[in-house]
Amino acid sequence: MSTLLEVKGVTKRFGGLTAVNNVSFNVNKGDILSVIGPNGAGKSTLFKLISSFLTTSDGEVLLNGKRINNLAPHIVARLGVVRTFQETTIFKSMTVRENIIVSHHLRSKASLLGFFLGSKQARADEAEFGDSADQIIAFLGLEAIANELASNLPQGHLRALGMSIGLATNPMILLLDEPFAGMNHDETMHMVSLVRRLRDERGVTVMLVEHDMPAVMKISDRIVVINFGEKIAEGTPHDIQNNEKVIEAYLGSEDAAIGM
Amino acid sequence: MHNNKFILLALGVIALYVGVPFAIDISGRIDFFYTLTSVALLSIASAGVWLTFYIGRINIGQGAYALAGGYVSAILITQAGMSFWLSLPIAGLFCAVLSVFIGLPILRLRGVYFAMVTLVLTEVMRLVALALPVTQGAKGITSMPLPGELSVFGITLIPDFATLENPKIAFYWMAITIMIIAYAVLWRIVNSRLGHLCRSLQQNEELSASIGVNTAYLRVLAYSISSFFGGIAGASFVSIAQSIYPSSFQVTDSVNFMLNCFLGGLGFVFGPMLGTLILYFGWDLLFTTGQYQLLIYSTLLIMLMLALPNGVLSLFEKKKVGS
Repeated sequence: MSTLLEVKGVTKRFGGLTAVNNVSFNVNKGDILSVIGPNGAGKSTLFKLISSFLTTSDGEVLLNGKRINNLAPHIVARLGVVRTFQETTIFKSMTVRENIIVSHHLRSKASLLGFFLGSKQARADEAEFGDSADQIIAFLGLEAIANELASNLPQGHLRALGMSIGLATNPMILLLDEPFAGMNHDETMHMVSLVRRLRDERGVTVMLVEHDMPAVMKISDRIVVINFGEKIAEGTPHDIQNNEKVIEAYLGSEDAAIGM
Repeated sequence: MHNNKFILLALGVIALYVGVPFAIDISGRIDFFYTLTSVALLSIASAGVWLTFYIGRINIGQGAYALAGGYVSAILITQAGMSFWLSLPIAGLFCAVLSVFIGLPILRLRGVYFAMVTLVLTEVMRLVALALPVTQGAKGITSMPLPGELSVFGITLIPDFATLENPKIAFYWMAITIMIIAYAVLWRIVNSRLGHLCRSLQQNEELSASIGVNTAYLRVLAYSISSFFGGIAGASFVSIAQSIYPSSFQVTDSVNFMLNCFLGGLGFVFGPMLGTLILYFGWDLLFTTGQYQLLIYSTLLIMLMLALPNGVLSLFEKKKVGS
């Protein structure tokens, strides 16, 4: 398998605090890779560094061999690394469909002036976005709520919408920040299968940060474990479940359940 | 449905151009020309403020650009002998470019911090106008000529205002024409992808960046369009008053531009237009209450905002949903 994303010695210091310390790992094309670790281990910070919402203090993030850390976030998104958020982040006063359509921005070929004047290309783009949005809505099974205001949606649907916003950008790598948080078992299993289909049917490489260990073990091809900002283990779900360092890190912490 | 709207719009435009002057002629209230001209021009500046609201920024600095636009036009006319009609777009462009330089640093701020900085802008612009030699300090620029003839290839499009029997109606037509163009542009922005992106910015800048929107660029773009409107409004005002002083546009005006948007409704393109009309006439109607004018006016404003937080136009929307 070819390496798509390389995280090389990435470090982030906030003043005297080192939130992420010299973390390195590779993400292969078509993998589902989970980053796990106790609360405050630096997982979300790591995601922000990869998507360039934070600047790195040290180290590099390479996408297909090209450096992408410390660029503007919208440039990184344009290159194909798109992050969804820990908080259910959506455009609240738009409908589900509008949310998805507006997120097609990266695919637009017409200029903003073209959109203003209603040029041929702009109209073609709009039509294409509409079709694509409908496909994504169908893919995630959101037809029934397509014209609902996003602020009216329950938690489970919000997550799906958050994912569809990410999907609309046509990413190479989608970073999902706690996609299963606050979900019950059925919702989680549904989401797990959606993430799988994302990879299988749409060829998206997925990285996720998650606390729900059974889900992580079920979904991941590989897992990276972080504690106190440092990588302590990396491997298949099986390796991780039997790794002593990992068990130690989790024992005594409130996240004791590691799904064994 | 679509056709009905179009007919309504056409009727509205005809009423503005022909109906209103006719009604004023009959009633003999010639002073209404000046009032309505002012409302039209103020609503252009308010439209700009509304656009900054649309990207999620409270803009209390539109007076600065109105003042700058006014001075640019006045200086070009009096010192370079330029035609008013050419100075008008130049004033707008000057403000747009100026706002790029001002906007780049300050648009990084959000919420009350951005609002506070813009509030200071108007005052800064007033002090600049006082200090610069070219603006002639507190004396201002006075006795400017009326807008001259505008002709293309020898064909007169607009006659010299000085030769007109009734320049008041000419100014009125000029003001509503610019207003209609401004609102058509605004409507088009809001209903095109540009507007959708602005809304995404208003609702969540981080998410907007992560779907690949160049948020810094879009913010500056919206702000410069907003300032362009401010400059155009300012320059037009100056042509009517035939003079400009550092105090022509003050912090109060900036605040009013913002209030116009609030009152009309931040969710409606035509909100600032209606807001300007109501506020301007409301203030005039309360003139008879003398010393209590400001007290009653502000009390009414507060009550209106409490009762209709989404603006006056939201009344109309509620009806539509109900029926």
